[in-house]
Amino acid sequence: MSSRIASVAFNTFREAVRDRVLYNLIAFALLLSGAAILVGQVSIDIERLVVVNLGLTAVSLFGVVIAIFIGIGLVSKEIEKRTLYTVLSRPVRRWEFVVGKFFGLTGTLVVNTFFMAIGVFLALLYVAHKFEKMDAWVLVALYFIVLQFLMVCALALFFSSFSTPLMSAVFTFALFVIGSLSEDLRGFARIAQGLGGWIATSIAYLVPNFSALNVINQVAHGDAVPGRLILYNSIYALLYSAMAISGAVLIFQRRNLK
Amino acid sequence: MAAIEILGLEKNYLVGFWRKRTKQALRPLHLTIEEGEVFGFLGPNGAGKTTTLKLLMGLVLPTAGTARILGMEVDDPRVKAQIGFLPEQPYFYDYLTAQELLEYYGQLSGVPAKERAARVEKMLARVGLQDAARVQLRKFSKGMLQRVGLAQAILHDPKLVFLDEPMSGLDPMGRREVRDLIQQLRQEGKTVFFSTHILSDAEALCDRVAVINHGELRGVGAVAELTSRMHGKVEVIFYGQSVPAALASLGAEARVSGDMVNAVLPEEQQEAALEVLRREHLKLISLTPVRSSLEDFYIQKLQPAESKGASA
Amino acid sequence: MSATRRVNWVASVVLLVSMAGAITTLYAIDRIRRGATLQDALYIRSSKTLRRISLGYTGLLADIYWTRAVQYFGYQHHAASADFRLLGPLLEITTELDPKLLPAYQFGVNFVAPKPPNGAGMPKEALALIQYGIAHNPDQWRLYYNLGFLYYTEFNDYAKAADAFTRGAQVPVTNEFMPILAARMAQHAGEFDTARMLWFTTYQSTTEAQIRQNAIEHLRALRVDEDVTRLEEVVTKYRQQTGKLPATMSDLERAGLIRGTPLDPTDRPYNLMSDGRIEVQDPDRILFITKGLPPGMASPQPKVATKD
Repeated sequence: MSSRIASVAFNTFREAVRDRVLYNLIAFALLLSGAAILVGQVSIDIERLVVVNLGLTAVSLFGVVIAIFIGIGLVSKEIEKRTLYTVLSRPVRRWEFVVGKFFGLTGTLVVNTFFMAIGVFLALLYVAHKFEKMDAWVLVALYFIVLQFLMVCALALFFSSFSTPLMSAVFTFALFVIGSLSEDLRGFARIAQGLGGWIATSIAYLVPNFSALNVINQVAHGDAVPGRLILYNSIYALLYSAMAISGAVLIFQRRNLK
Repeated sequence: MAAIEILGLEKNYLVGFWRKRTKQALRPLHLTIEEGEVFGFLGPNGAGKTTTLKLLMGLVLPTAGTARILGMEVDDPRVKAQIGFLPEQPYFYDYLTAQELLEYYGQLSGVPAKERAARVEKMLARVGLQDAARVQLRKFSKGMLQRVGLAQAILHDPKLVFLDEPMSGLDPMGRREVRDLIQQLRQEGKTVFFSTHILSDAEALCDRVAVINHGELRGVGAVAELTSRMHGKVEVIFYGQSVPAALASLGAEARVSGDMVNAVLPEEQQEAALEVLRREHLKLISLTPVRSSLEDFYIQKLQPAESKGASA
Repeated sequence: MSATRRVNWVASVVLLVSMAGAITTLYAIDRIRRGATLQDALYIRSSKTLRRISLGYTGLLADIYWTRAVQYFGYQHHAASADFRLLGPLLEITTELDPKLLPAYQFGVNFVAPKPPNGAGMPKEALALIQYGIAHNPDQWRLYYNLGFLYYTEFNDYAKAADAFTRGAQVPVTNEFMPILAARMAQHAGEFDTARMLWFTTYQSTTEAQIRQNAIEHLRALRVDEDVTRLEEVVTKYRQQTGKLPATMSDLERAGLIRGTPLDPTDRPYNLMSDGRIEVQDPDRILFITKGLPPGMASPQPKVATKD
């Protein structure tokens, strides 16, 4: 990796930290400890279920919100504030800038998720008093959530490369919702026929597939995640992110920074 | 070898909701700037100066034409290591301190890690910001940001420095310092290409100037040639939100930018204008003789026969 | 090549390669997940819990469950007929989330009640589903129709079927066939016209392609059954008149008993067998027929496709 990409990435991370993005961890900690104490007291035999479900859902939603709200401004804010002028007049290629921004934001989210994961396991320890073997699958679910962040960041960056922050947020959030239902969408497309069916199928296969990345319910019940799914999901998330980023690069290459 | 060779560079913007109308920001421009030259790019606001600079920086892409910097294409990555750029009214990452910003830019420009800290410190001292090195840029005034902008433009010891309106927003003291800096750069053998709308700045510094208006080059020439015949005009800058009617009636061409008003009026109206400001309780920032508006020069340069008659 | 063009070229290649790769991987993921998703859909078997976690968006959730039902049992139902057992619970959840989702009831009657491989073979569950539907939508003639249809086809209980059609005929907006169907149940329950009217009403009252296709196939089968019955009557008549069996269809035509060679719905002429029976030429092409089959052959059913 070029040192310039690393510099841009680190600066993006530094911006997020100084803009107090990591403060969301406080809200997360409060939510999780509140829930843990509450279910611990009422003791309804599903403490573990509740903690895993609530914890992982919160990790996912907090992260997606951060990814969208920082992601949409990554490029457009720099254009609007004209901070880009003095960056791009240096030996920084436009694609390096885009890729650096992506790594900076995903780095921020990985750090954020790391702290949240510690929180989830602490809450789990609090309600169950010990770790079990099936808790390892929670790690897989967390890994899938990080993969999900990669894709959301890449999409936000993509929209940010040509659209206003508000529109980018709308597009990215819409794709997040559609992507979470994408398995149903593909099922629906398979039923449709003719030209409509062809179009529906193309769209259904191009929207991000978040369904397979959501195994929260499964791991909450202590079920295993197939190894092949872990492998394919990793490949898919990386390829999809690469696709969105190269799209962003192609658009950004053509942009006039007025 | 020429430092900058502009070969028919042209920029049209598509405007309107359907992007059907074209706006000519820059008509085909041909210009050559020699190495070691201090070159002034003159023209009123909106004339196409910034567009030209952005084209040279690769920030906007030309509709047609090419440009070469130090013999290389503009999009050649090697070019960028050799040039410094100060944008108009620069703005930087305001969550960084001046020192962090220069450190970051040093990394991006490929300044070796060993030299970076010393270089940053030296540059901050050179623009007089050594005491504000550890202050976040969000607390900086406009003038201080301009100084940071100059520091980042020369941080990596570029051969060629592009400055877009380097004096704007500066107090007389700051203006003087920028002039001194440009003089030093000339002595160091650097090429300086700067844009301004004030002829006196160009007059004091430049070897040659080019005049541009409405996206079109109106003339190029040595400064000595241009300053021979001048009208007496002054530029009055003061704090205010609008142009007082009394000032307009003195024949002032005024425009409001932010909380400042910039008015240009005949030298003989100078006292009357100051009286107006006193009456209206407006705070004066500066009063500078302009002596010739750019449009006057344009008339002199391109329509010599008519302008002789007019100025007589 | 200039630096800018080189970057554009590389980015375009990365874009296309990663897009193709992502879509291919997605196919693979869907294969792994096909069975799992179905279980997933039914993870929460209680509609009350679902109702709570849907945050009030029960309509949308019901639509999703409905789409899943159609998708898994509509498109692939020949492939995975064993999964029909899950259709009942899926429709139950769907209709509990949104009791007014009428297609779900009709789907249930057509695919939960019939015996495998056409359905789950759970007529009682279908009956419960449709009665739940009527309780929540007392003004919908279609539901009474479905109820009567179910009694008629699965339970052979013509009295209850007549009762259902009568009730259906009394709702404010009804179908012209309802009172006729109600009347026919009493006297002509076993006749072809009654069955035809039932299947035609099914065909007419839905836009769902799969249910329509099912109705068309039954109507065709009815025509064959009726044709074969008529032709065999003609053969008997010929035998009474001439004292021998006809050798060919032309014998019947010359005797003035039929006009032209009768064709089945696939436009193939019916075969006259040496023992006087009538057979269709290609029994595998006409589903659901009970007559005109070679001796000992069971009524043809939809093929179980062998998909992966």
